[in-house]
Amino acid sequence: MWLWGSLTASGTPPSGCLYGAGARIELATLAGASSLGARLEALRGRTVLVAARDQLSAALALIELDGVVRRMVLCPPDLSAEHAPAVMRDSGADAYLTDAGADAGATAVRGLEGLHVSSAAALRPLGLARRRSHDTEWILLTSGTSGAPKLVQHTLASLTSAFSAQEAPPGPLVWGTFYDIRRYGGLQIFLRALYHGSLVLSSAAESTADFLARAAAAGVTHISGTPSHWRRALMSGATARISPRYVRLSGEIADQAILDSLRHAFPQATVAHAFASTEAGVGFEVRDGLAGFPAGLVGAPGAAVDIDVAGGTLRLRSAGNATGYLGAHAPALKDSDGFIDTGDRVELRDGRYVFIGRSGGVINVGGLKVYPEEVEAIINAHPGVRISLVKARRSPITGAVVTAEVVLIEGAATGAQAEELVKGEILQACRRALAAHKVPMSIRIVPALEVSGSGKLVRPDA
Amino acid sequence: MSVRATITSLFEQVAREQQRKLSPLSDDLKLLASGLDSLSFALIVARLEDKLGYDPFDTAESFPVTFGDFVRLYESHSR
Repeated sequence: MWLWGSLTASGTPPSGCLYGAGARIELATLAGASSLGARLEALRGRTVLVAARDQLSAALALIELDGVVRRMVLCPPDLSAEHAPAVMRDSGADAYLTDAGADAGATAVRGLEGLHVSSAAALRPLGLARRRSHDTEWILLTSGTSGAPKLVQHTLASLTSAFSAQEAPPGPLVWGTFYDIRRYGGLQIFLRALYHGSLVLSSAAESTADFLARAAAAGVTHISGTPSHWRRALMSGATARISPRYVRLSGEIADQAILDSLRHAFPQATVAHAFASTEAGVGFEVRDGLAGFPAGLVGAPGAAVDIDVAGGTLRLRSAGNATGYLGAHAPALKDSDGFIDTGDRVELRDGRYVFIGRSGGVINVGGLKVYPEEVEAIINAHPGVRISLVKARRSPITGAVVTAEVVLIEGAATGAQAEELVKGEILQACRRALAAHKVPMSIRIVPALEVSGSGKLVRPDA
Repeated sequence: MSVRATITSLFEQVAREQQRKLSPLSDDLKLLASGLDSLSFALIVARLEDKLGYDPFDTAESFPVTFGDFVRLYESHSR
């Protein structure tokens, strides 16, 4: 199975279209045109970092490279230069694709052969006809405890297992995604759209209202984003521009308030929230407009996805599971029964499981994971700090924000003024070292933190 | 300090912290055109809850679109 082969399996070229912020591509033109031209052949059998900034450039590269390269690494736009060397090493990359100028990204990919992927406006003749030689591995990045990304290994089969068996829905579908297609949730929408219609891609440089206007112009019928994306869309006041049949949320807990708001904004649409994770794949989709999911999904016999709850966390086993992690010290992904623990904590209430947070205190800020340990390491490096605990605080805008409790070394700060000074220094250190969503919104000085019998900090469910 | 003055000073404070250029805060300013991102709004809402003691988003029927909507959401809750 390979992507271009699947898209043309009927003998006719795909009829859909990819809409970027600046250009659009008819998928059918890729039968004879390429964003890489003759250099596509130079990448055959290699391991390639797809590091384009623009989503449309990345989309073309993914379509063109599947079946050609041994492994492709989907670098999200915010991959930092600090973490790029580890990604290169763990993936064994020997080439990268970029749409940036000659210098941009040079530090990130030092030592690799760089190829420039053309923008949609400048496709080149393909040269040889497309052919499959490899079962390409798709590598997705997800954040890890230390802040360095983990490399999660998928195949086209695992990525499409949630929908490829379904019949094509009636009528042309026009998908839109707020979610970047280099992340699992966005990639799901990208692949669905390729198989069953067209796709409107978002752009970081574009306002929410402008994106919705483009989606409306393309006739969007199905549209997906995280609850935080949707809250932002509702705040834009521009949701009336589109009239989709299907509105999807994934990537964060969908609470009843956001489901009700979307129901109100799109009375004609099915509002569905899906559970998926980069490692475990798509778990299920809930269409009844209620938060959480029916308890009957757990342990249902004969289901395509085996759903289990053990120790209070959700576990999934399906053909959509990732194959494993890449890298020398990669942890095991599955337990002995083949289940993946998603780390999402659930609780049974009146016949429904509701999501109550993440195990290990992992915080989800607007769809971006924050590991408390990563933030605590920065705080604890302050000479006046004995220990700290980073935890979530609920937010109606981003689902959660980060806060910190800090125990100071005796005598490190006496008096309110001295404490404020230390808090300011800690915040400054966090701002220097961490992405904005990881910086605590507040720091509270506390006399002590609870430590368990095994000597570990007691973490609340995030 | 009035609710409006509290909100205005928090918008300015968070914009400074997040190094974002804040547009002049008029009632018809669209929140998404204010120069702040979602994280900035999340910080403002959390700090307002600390200062005012309530989070009106809990019971809000629709999301505020303009700065004026935002202020009214908090003012109507305080009464």
